Amino acid sequence: MLDARGQIRRLPGVRLWLSGGWLALLVLAAIFAPLISPHDPLAQDLFAGRLPPVWEQGSDPAFLLGTDSLGRDVLSRMLYGARLALIVALVAGTLTCLIGATLGLIAGFFRGWADLIISRLIDIWMAFPPVLFAILLIAVIGTGLTSVIVAIVVIDWTRFARVVRAEAMSQGAMDYVASAQVAGRGRLGTAMTEILPNVLPTIVALLTLEMGIAIIVEAILSFVNLSISTDQPTWGGMIAEGRASIYQAWWVLVFPLFTLFLTVLSFSQFGEGLKEHFDPVLR
Amino acid sequence: MSEMIYQLKDLKVSFPDMSKKPLLGAAPRIDVLKGLTFDIPKGEVLGIVGGSGSGKSTLGRALIRLIEPDDGAILFEGTDITHLGEDRLRPLRRRFQMIFQDPMSSLNPRRRVGGIIAGPLKLQGLDNVKGRVDEALDMVGLPRSFASRYPHELSGGQRQRVGIARAIALKPDFILADEIVSGLDVSSQAQVLNLLESLVQDLGLTLAFISHDLSVIRRLCTRILVLYQGEIVENAETPALFADPKAAYTRTLLDAIPLPDPAQAWF
Repeated sequence: MLDARGQIRRLPGVRLWLSGGWLALLVLAAIFAPLISPHDPLAQDLFAGRLPPVWEQGSDPAFLLGTDSLGRDVLSRMLYGARLALIVALVAGTLTCLIGATLGLIAGFFRGWADLIISRLIDIWMAFPPVLFAILLIAVIGTGLTSVIVAIVVIDWTRFARVVRAEAMSQGAMDYVASAQVAGRGRLGTAMTEILPNVLPTIVALLTLEMGIAIIVEAILSFVNLSISTDQPTWGGMIAEGRASIYQAWWVLVFPLFTLFLTVLSFSQFGEGLKEHFDPVLR
Repeated sequence: MSEMIYQLKDLKVSFPDMSKKPLLGAAPRIDVLKGLTFDIPKGEVLGIVGGSGSGKSTLGRALIRLIEPDDGAILFEGTDITHLGEDRLRPLRRRFQMIFQDPMSSLNPRRRVGGIIAGPLKLQGLDNVKGRVDEALDMVGLPRSFASRYPHELSGGQRQRVGIARAIALKPDFILADEIVSGLDVSSQAQVLNLLESLVQDLGLTLAFISHDLSVIRRLCTRILVLYQGEIVENAETPALFADPKAAYTRTLLDAIPLPDPAQAWF
């Protein structure tokens, strides 16, 4: 007989392994970028500009994925770009999560005036167009890695706060919260030991999603030249530069774009997979 | 005096009616309990009945101080707990416990059964937590191996036994059972009621049993409190109430009990 539960079990496994595998590969590439890059990502060679990838005609086997219009190796730039992408993803994602989830938990579980203030703040925040808000912010505080991270945290904390608040509210209405009170657990203790474990899978799924979004935001900021300085290769910067020569050298745009796409997809799928994996009811 | 575990004097509870809240200013309040006065003697099994919205759950939650009453007084073994803060209540909480209606909601889905039962024990700073958990599982007739299971892996009746185990593990003097069998099928209902009955006898518990089902109450309870729209309409010993109901509302409730032998007119 067909056991439906067995069928559902297999899916998150594959999802977790595929997305986790790609992310692990990326982390390794970022750590060992200086060792495995065939070229200096900043070295220009104007005589070797716009070389196509190796399988195309007129390529140079030294440049596996071709070169951009300044003759810089696309593969090396992508490997170094992974470093910045991951730093932005991890640091900005984690900070956004900590701030947003804490505010959401306070608003959703403790309610009262704290909820009133935080909810109004979320409403006001969401009325700003996020990308313009980020551009404005960076124009004020200046470009650089820290600025990009600050911009992402300042814009995106509402994503966590909203979802965690709603989740904490629905969990707070459950009888196990009343039961903790009957047992003599304080409000803060209940929030940390009863509510948080039940909201955690949602937070984890959101966190990995946010890491993907952070990479996208960095790419958008690179696109308008408001991200990290042009000396440092970023995927967003490469896409922006590749756009200018899309008809002559498609590879400069397509490879970083595809990597970015795969990475963001992997982050979100990894989160969903983790959520299912750690949910005792779904497991 | 010392014979009474609970003494209630003119207990009043009201909730804000948010649907009628004006744009500015406070919401008007709905009186849910309109001044209840009664005592619960030690060792009694008190049944609290009433229809939906009669205030029976509110009364229960006020008894174990999940709700703070507006007015009146609740004395627990002579101590006034009406307006005690959570810090001062904590040492007393060990002595009055609650079993909830829906174990799916009252058992934290991310905790194993052992952790659920151990939680209150650890909070109250008791020693030998593992032994007490095992003992509680034994008393409700669940195998000790269930301690490592999650609530969703149990059946409805088993889950409710975990709820009971959590309440009795603290060895309280008083337990409030709020509609604890209404979510169960008839055979699980009977099992849980049997269990409760023997626990009351073995542990010398005082029990308040909230239900809308008089036939369940009749079996278990020594005294019955009938609530109607936040007021006590009848408070009598079980045999007396069934033999000679004084209030009209009680008679309506009694008439609503399905009889084992339905009217012959059905044929």
